[in-house]
Amino acid sequence: MQKVQIESVGNQTRNQSILKIITQGLAIVTVLLAPLAAAAGEITVKGSDTMVILGQRWAEEYMRVHPKATVQVTGGGSGTGISALINGTTEICQASRPMSAAEKEKLRDRYATIGVEIPVARDGLSVYVNESNPLTEITMDQLKLIFTGKVTNWKELGGPDAKIVVYSRENSSGTYVFFKEHVLKNADYTVRAQSMPGTAAVVNAVAKEKFGIGYGGAAYAKGIKVLKVKKDSESAAITPDEAHVKDGTYPLSRPLFFYLRNKPTGDVGAFVEWVLSAAGQAIVTKVGYYPLK
Amino acid sequence: MTPRSEQPTTRRPEQAILVGLAPPTRSTLAGSGSLPVETSDPKNHRRAERPRLASRRPRFHALAEAAIRVLAFSSIAAIILIFVFIGKEAWPLLHDSAIGKEVTLAKMWFAQQWPGYDAPEHVWQPVSEIPKYAVWPLVVGTLKVTLIAMLFAVPLGVGAALFVSQYAGRRLREIIKPTVELLAGVPSVVLGFFALMVMATWLQQALGLDSRLNALVAGVALSFAIIPVIFTVSEEAFGAVPRSYVEASTALGAARWQTIVRVVIPAAGPGVAAGIALGLGRAVGETMIVLMASGNAAILSVSPADSVRTVSATIAAELAEVVFGGAHYTVLFFLGVLLFGFTLATNLLGEFAIGRMRRRLGGMA
Repeated sequence: MQKVQIESVGNQTRNQSILKIITQGLAIVTVLLAPLAAAAGEITVKGSDTMVILGQRWAEEYMRVHPKATVQVTGGGSGTGISALINGTTEICQASRPMSAAEKEKLRDRYATIGVEIPVARDGLSVYVNESNPLTEITMDQLKLIFTGKVTNWKELGGPDAKIVVYSRENSSGTYVFFKEHVLKNADYTVRAQSMPGTAAVVNAVAKEKFGIGYGGAAYAKGIKVLKVKKDSESAAITPDEAHVKDGTYPLSRPLFFYLRNKPTGDVGAFVEWVLSAAGQAIVTKVGYYPLK
Repeated sequence: MTPRSEQPTTRRPEQAILVGLAPPTRSTLAGSGSLPVETSDPKNHRRAERPRLASRRPRFHALAEAAIRVLAFSSIAAIILIFVFIGKEAWPLLHDSAIGKEVTLAKMWFAQQWPGYDAPEHVWQPVSEIPKYAVWPLVVGTLKVTLIAMLFAVPLGVGAALFVSQYAGRRLREIIKPTVELLAGVPSVVLGFFALMVMATWLQQALGLDSRLNALVAGVALSFAIIPVIFTVSEEAFGAVPRSYVEASTALGAARWQTIVRVVIPAAGPGVAAGIALGLGRAVGETMIVLMASGNAAILSVSPADSVRTVSATIAAELAEVVFGGAHYTVLFFLGVLLFGFTLATNLLGEFAIGRMRRRLGGMA
C-alpha cells in the first residue's frame, strides 16, 4: 500500500512540472501579446445591469464595423461600475444613476479629475406586474406605499384580496438607488422586499408570481404587464413610451450615462463618438430604450 | 442469505481509518492537529516504522515526501491566514471612531429606534441615508434555512445510509451509493436554478404560499446539497461497526431489526453525529443556493413561508460594491468572522465525534 502511494506521488510531481511549463508558456505569450492587444484597442465597459443589454449590442455592432476593436462589456450594477472606474479597472462605466458627491470626491482624490459624464440614452423606469393583474395604472404615492411596506394588500389599491409580493434589486444596483430616491423619497424599502440579482430576474419573478410587483428598465419588459404611472391622483396615467420618456412627462424617465475618468480620446473616444452617432442611437431603440434626440 | 456475508472480515481496520478520511477536505483541515485522539490508532504503529523504510528509499522519494509535507502544512497555514485576514478587516468595527459613528456592535445586535419607524426594530438596510446593520434578521434567516434543510437531509441521508449498509443487496448498493455521491457533484448553482425556476412554483401551488421564494424552498434545495455529506459519512460509520458485534447479537437470538436498532446504530452513533455536524457546517456556509432561491429579504420572523436573507448570501451579494475599508465593508467581514467561527465549530465537533467513534471501536479490535 505504501508503494502505491509513492508512485502516485511521482505522478503528481511530474504533473506539477508540466503544469508549471504550461503556466510559464502562457505567461510569456501573454506578455508578448499584451502590446498587440492594446494596439488593437481593447475597451472595457462595466457597470449598470440595466444597461448591460444595451452595452453588449453596442459592442457587437461596433466590433462588426471596426473589426480591429475589442469592446468588453460586463454588468454588476452601477455602484460596482463606479467603484471599478475609481479603482482603475474599467475605462468606461455605465450607470443608470448619476454619480454621488462622495464618489466624485474619491475619483478626484485618486486622479485629480471629477470624471466626465456623458448621457447616452434615456430610459422609462417601468413598473412591472403579473399579466393576470387587473390593475392598469398606479400613482407615485401608491408605489411609495407599496415599496415602503405601508400597503401590503392589492385590495387597498382596488385589486384582488391578496398579499403584494414586492420585488426589488440588490443594493449595488443603480436602479435600486434611483427608485429609492425618486419614488421612496429616500425612505427605506420594506424589509419584505425581495432582492433580485438583475432586472431580468425581477421580470422572471414577476412573470411567475401572480401577485408580484417589481421595477426595472423598459427594455426588459417582456412577459409581464407594465403599469401606467400617474404623478399624483389628479394627473393623467402615462405609459413609458418614446414620446413621454423623451419629453420627461413620464414621471420615472431617467438618463443613462457613460462615466469616464478623463475626456475620451483615441479608441475610447472613437467608441463614445460612435455610440452618440445615428448608428449608435439606432441600437438604443432596437434594444428597447430611447435615444437622446 | 445476507449480503453482509460477502464482505471479508479483514476489511474492518481500514474502514475505521476511512471514517476519519471521509469528510470533505475543509473539515479535515480544520480539525487536524487539534485532536488528542490518535494514540490507539493503528496509523501510528505504521508511522513508527517509517524511518526504517525511508532509509531504503531513493533520495527522490524523501524529497517527494517532504514536498507533500510542505503542501499539507501550507493548507493549515492558509486556513490560519484566511482567518487572520478576515479578522483584520473586521477589527476596525471594534475601535475605529469613524466607523463607530455609523455602526457599533450594540447597534448591530439590539433593536434600534430609527427615524421613520414606529417602534425599535432590527433592520438590515446598509444602503440608506442612515445605514442600518442589524444582524439578527440575517442570523435568524441562516438558522431557519439550515434547520429546514437539516429536517429534510438528516432523515433522508441517515436513512439511506442505514438502508444501503444494512439492508440493500450488493447490486442495489452499487446503484444507490454512487448515485447519492453523484448528487454531491451537482454544482450548487444548478440546484439553485432548479429551485428558483421549478421547485418554487411547485411548492407555492402545493402549499398556497404567499411568495414563491422563501425559506422553505431554499431549505429544501439546500438539503439536496447536504444529503450526500451526511449519507457518505454515515454510511462509512455503519460499515465500520465490527462484524463481531453483529454476529454476537445474532448468536444471542436477536432479530435483524433488533440488532440494527440496539447494536449497529448505537455503535455507529458518533460517526452519524459527525456526518450531521459536517452537513450542518456545509448548510450554514452554502451560498449560491440560498442566494438564488431564498428571495433575499431580511425579514426577522420564524415563519418558513417568509423570504430570508442568509449571512453567506448577504456577503456574496453586497461585498462587490462596498467602499473598501468603510463601515459596510467592515460589517460584511464581521459577518464573515461569524460564519467562519460557526462552520469551524461544527467541523471540529464532527471531527471530535469521529475520533470518539474510532476510539470506541478501536478498543474492541
